[in-house]
Amino acid sequence: MKKIEATIRRERLEAVKEALEQIGILGMTVTEVSGRGRQSGITLQWRVGQYKVDLLPKVKIEMVVLEEEVGRTVNTIVVNARTGERGDGKIFVLPVDNAIRVRTGESGHNAI
Amino acid sequence: MALSGGDTAWLLVSSAMVMLMTPGLAFFYGGMVRRKNVLSTMMMSFVLLGAVGILWVLFGYSLGFGPDLGGVIGKLDFIGLSGVGQEPSDVYAGTVPHLGFMVFQGMFAIITVALWTGAVVDRIKFSSFLLLAVLWFTVVYCPVAHWVWGDGGWLNGKALDFAGGAVVHINAGMSAMALAILLGPRKGFREKVPMEPHNVPMVLLGAGLLWFGWFGFNAGSALAADGVAFSAFVATNLSAAAATVTWVAIDWWRHRPSALGAATGAVAGLVAITPAAGFVDPLAAIPIGAAVSAICYYLMSRRVKWGVDESLDVWAVHGMGGVWGGLATGIFATASVGGVDGLLWGGFSQFGWQVVSVLAVGAFAFLATLALGKLVDTTVGLRVTDDEEVVGLDISQHGERAYGGISL
Repeated sequence: MKKIEATIRRERLEAVKEALEQIGILGMTVTEVSGRGRQSGITLQWRVGQYKVDLLPKVKIEMVVLEEEVGRTVNTIVVNARTGERGDGKIFVLPVDNAIRVRTGESGHNAI
Repeated sequence: MALSGGDTAWLLVSSAMVMLMTPGLAFFYGGMVRRKNVLSTMMMSFVLLGAVGILWVLFGYSLGFGPDLGGVIGKLDFIGLSGVGQEPSDVYAGTVPHLGFMVFQGMFAIITVALWTGAVVDRIKFSSFLLLAVLWFTVVYCPVAHWVWGDGGWLNGKALDFAGGAVVHINAGMSAMALAILLGPRKGFREKVPMEPHNVPMVLLGAGLLWFGWFGFNAGSALAADGVAFSAFVATNLSAAAATVTWVAIDWWRHRPSALGAATGAVAGLVAITPAAGFVDPLAAIPIGAAVSAICYYLMSRRVKWGVDESLDVWAVHGMGGVWGGLATGIFATASVGGVDGLLWGGFSQFGWQVVSVLAVGAFAFLATLALGKLVDTTVGLRVTDDEEVVGLDISQHGERAYGGISL
């Protein structure tokens, strides 16, 4: 079991979600986050002039998948979240000890 | 003069409309600050509906409009509303109950104090703010109201100020600058930490409420339901419209047409027409409103260059917009509307008096506020501690937060 944390552009969320659905990955948690990487920020307007915001709004998708699905899942996210510009985001893959489904109490692979 | 039902009805409505401007201003300012300071910012306006609302009837009205003492202040004859009742006053607004004129003026006092709070947001101690507000109301607002509008006031009958370009806007704007200098910038201002307006829709709501209330402010200042009231009403709307369009155009030319810019332009246009509303032809409101946006936009960018954290630009919009309005009154006034000619029709001395009133009110407000602010600062301290500022004034001063809980 692995946890996949993907921080991506907000405008790519729908495409990524649909593509994951097509390969059978349904479960996920999505949060709005702020962060920064190599993209150097954006400028917004005040009454006169502009100001710079260097923590940019992104979305973070979190999901836990079986070991053998990691490659496909990551690849699907990369392909669908990519624009080729700086600021496309990052994906982290983490080990997971266990998973438990609250409704039934099932654990391990059955809970995913 | 006999009581007029029409005039009385209009003044009742106008007074209520001007009251609504103070919560409107709270929204206007509240949307522009960071979310940790929105309640503190709005509270500084809202609490004045209470504090100044009481002080005005106890002694403020008498200091402003009581029988003249040396042209500078009113005597205490009207203290606690003594002699102010259902009968019209002998000298003010002869067709409405004296109480009506008194409460209409009271709403002006409340919003004037609220206006300069835009300069001190995010860092003033609430207790010190209250003390300063009471002192400022007594020592700055009431005398200036007397100079310009009080019977026997030294500028009354000489300088034109239809609805408070000097009494309200220059007064608040110059005081705002004094306090910003005294208080110093917010933490992070020098380091250019972004201080994003946390809710621009609130700013637009506030600007809308202000625009609505301003009809009471300006057209109500005719103190009658008559032609002058409507002339002022139309001029008010036109100036706000011209200033909105102009600010959006400048914004677009420089960057993008921002909503915050449109709201700012609207308020600047309303400020500029305030002293002129019942003295100029309604069409003159178009150049007055268009020019004020260019003037305020420019001065605001200068203020930023100077590195002064006059946080919500009360000085640029109200102070300098008010100066332009006062001078514009001396330029565009026409006898056919308000009985006095401005520069365009040869009224040189009238223009001179406009300059005098702008300078006198501006200088007095700045210096007196500097002194009062210094007094409060050296006795009880104006500013919160660094920690309180970082946590935000909503929690540190008021023990609550605007957007609490998780979204359930």
